Amino acid sequence: MSSILITILSLSSIGIVAAIILYLFAQKFKVLENPIIYDVEDALPAANCGGCGYPGCRNFAEACVHSDSLDDLYCPIGGQETMDIVANLLGKEVKQTDPRVAVIRCSGSFENRPRTNHYDGASSCAVASALYVGDTDCPVGCLSMDDCVEVCEFEAIYMNRKTGLPVVIDEKCTACGACVEACPRDIIELRKQNKKDRHIFVSCINKEKGGIARKYCSVACIGCTKCFKVCEFEAITMGNNLAFIDSDMCALCRRCVTECPTNAILEINFPPRRTKTDEEKKTASDKISEKVKTDIKE
Amino acid sequence: MSRNQALTTYKKGGIHPAEYKLTDKSPVQILPLPEKVTILLSQHIGVPAIPVVSKGDTVKVGQLIAQGIGFVSANIHSSVSGKVVKIDSLPDLTGYKKPAIVIEVEGDDWEENIIQSTDLLKDITLSKDEILEKIRESGIVGLGGAAFPSHVKLILPRDKNAEALIINGVECEPYLTSDHRLMLEYGEEMMVGIRLLMKVLNVRKTMIGIENNKADAVYHLKDIASKFPGIEVYPLKVKYPQGSEKQLIEALTDREVPSRKLPVDVGVIVHNVSTAYAVYEAVQKNKPLINRIVTVSGKSLKKPSNFVVRIGTSVRFLIEAAGGLPENTGKVISGGLMMGKALNSLDVPVIKGMSGILVLSEDETKRKPIETCIRCSKCVTVCPMGLEPYLLMSLTQNGNFYRLEKEMVLDCLECGSCSYICPANRPLLDYIRLGKTDVNKIIRERKYV
Repeated sequence: MSSILITILSLSSIGIVAAIILYLFAQKFKVLENPIIYDVEDALPAANCGGCGYPGCRNFAEACVHSDSLDDLYCPIGGQETMDIVANLLGKEVKQTDPRVAVIRCSGSFENRPRTNHYDGASSCAVASALYVGDTDCPVGCLSMDDCVEVCEFEAIYMNRKTGLPVVIDEKCTACGACVEACPRDIIELRKQNKKDRHIFVSCINKEKGGIARKYCSVACIGCTKCFKVCEFEAITMGNNLAFIDSDMCALCRRCVTECPTNAILEINFPPRRTKTDEEKKTASDKISEKVKTDIKE
Repeated sequence: MSRNQALTTYKKGGIHPAEYKLTDKSPVQILPLPEKVTILLSQHIGVPAIPVVSKGDTVKVGQLIAQGIGFVSANIHSSVSGKVVKIDSLPDLTGYKKPAIVIEVEGDDWEENIIQSTDLLKDITLSKDEILEKIRESGIVGLGGAAFPSHVKLILPRDKNAEALIINGVECEPYLTSDHRLMLEYGEEMMVGIRLLMKVLNVRKTMIGIENNKADAVYHLKDIASKFPGIEVYPLKVKYPQGSEKQLIEALTDREVPSRKLPVDVGVIVHNVSTAYAVYEAVQKNKPLINRIVTVSGKSLKKPSNFVVRIGTSVRFLIEAAGGLPENTGKVISGGLMMGKALNSLDVPVIKGMSGILVLSEDETKRKPIETCIRCSKCVTVCPMGLEPYLLMSLTQNGNFYRLEKEMVLDCLECGSCSYICPANRPLLDYIRLGKTDVNKIIRERKYV
């Protein structure tokens, strides 16, 4: 009996002594931290995606607390709402940032862009792009090997196997920018999110002259400047045989879409055109955008 | 093999791929002139050359058409006579567009100062600096495959001294026989070229390393070398990748080149046999680098052969000369079987560093499915640089570039032994190459910050 008592007593005394030592050490080496960091961290989405430029939400919270202004800090996932909460907590000003969404600037599907050779190496866009021009002649087009799909933390991109092009699901996309960085061809761009997820953009980044670009791909931008001339809002700029629509200035009037001779400009999530004359003019680009829509629904 | 036992080789790793030297008995043939040539302006490592001719100009064989700028760059000369029809960006071997000059062939009109006779000119009359200047002017690059400008290698850093010159006649790649045939047919010219290199480098000793599967070349060169003091021929044990600079140095001198150092740090300079021959032609005959020997080989080809080809000839023309493209072709590879790259078009031109064109059938190129790593460590065993390929691959996939740098990814010589040996068919080298690019990028950024 006494042996049990001795055991209990000795073990608990060791425990008490250890607890005292631990307590003293904890007091001695206490790291003083601003408790508001925890509050800011709680307000963040806890996705740890790295979209803000910091390794995780905790680091971003620390940066928010320690920096003087919130101008360069933005959580793309939480968006403006989250940043407003953070600003409230810290009593700092925050500037308004429009939510953004990723778009794929390539329409080179199997139909539009003839495949000239067969690639059977490691299935990675980065590897293939470093090796050679790809299985089409287009040196800037999508390689269809899922680098962007694999890197997306939110399952917002999937590869449409029928066209060989990635599709962004707007509702899930947080504009963290992971796919933009993963794409070796810089096809993916973060654009302003419009009402009802509507987009108008030039779906091509080929800087070759028109004739050459057309040889690669039937829906390439050929730099004809037609869209540039028709735009009333000065949203379109031309450079290196390529048109670019500034998403901040675009009024979504869709005039450039009908003007484009190669259907390189895509309109996404728009209702079908109503008037009769427009019905007649209904171009292949509508079909493409419809296709994209049905893909999204699928 | 008992005859191999006394021979030396490097210590770490290495593999023994099947040799398939189909063309080692076929003499070098001179290929007829093509209708037009496409001469790329970036055939070497370093800054691309700047064109000095314009559209519509008539050029002669051997005329300078593009000037190398900066220290690491090389001049480019017209390989044919005719009219410049285009100066534009055209697809290079990777399919990406690079600046190039297209010349339509008219006749075969050479520059006057080029000596076209095949007589052996043995006497070295020029001084050290004159030889070096001629090598630089002639646009000679390392013809073993890397195409590093040769004159850069011949100018030693001030505080360093070369004790010996090593001439690389290893040709460890399967199929390739261009260096082998060169040693057999142009052995004496090559020796004069070596003497010229020795004079520039101020060395007394030259070792020619040749793998023992080319016994005829070893005997032939030993025979000739007796007439040239200071040059010795060393047969080596057959092992891939012995043709790599660092491995060859270790095999011949038992010295290991430290990580991220140059051969000159252990007192040697390495040049290829074809480079030595090109030096002979440039210095003794004033002939710039306008042609080279290319092996066109493959089991399915009708007439696999070794051709002397003008730079800029299209690969299609070469394959036609070797009997045409067989129907069941799966891949056409430029370079050797291990390190070469598959072409995506046959209309690409021959460049200075191209030592072979291999035509492989569909059955030969079939890939097996990629499986997960089984931790057999075969890749570690065969790596000639003592790296851990499986680790480098997973680090690249995870984007851990700082660790990648610590694991010495930049030492990888891209020989492909790891991918060759992997029982799970993992694309190790593909990812390691990617990791190398990224680490190089980080290092470059660090320099600027």
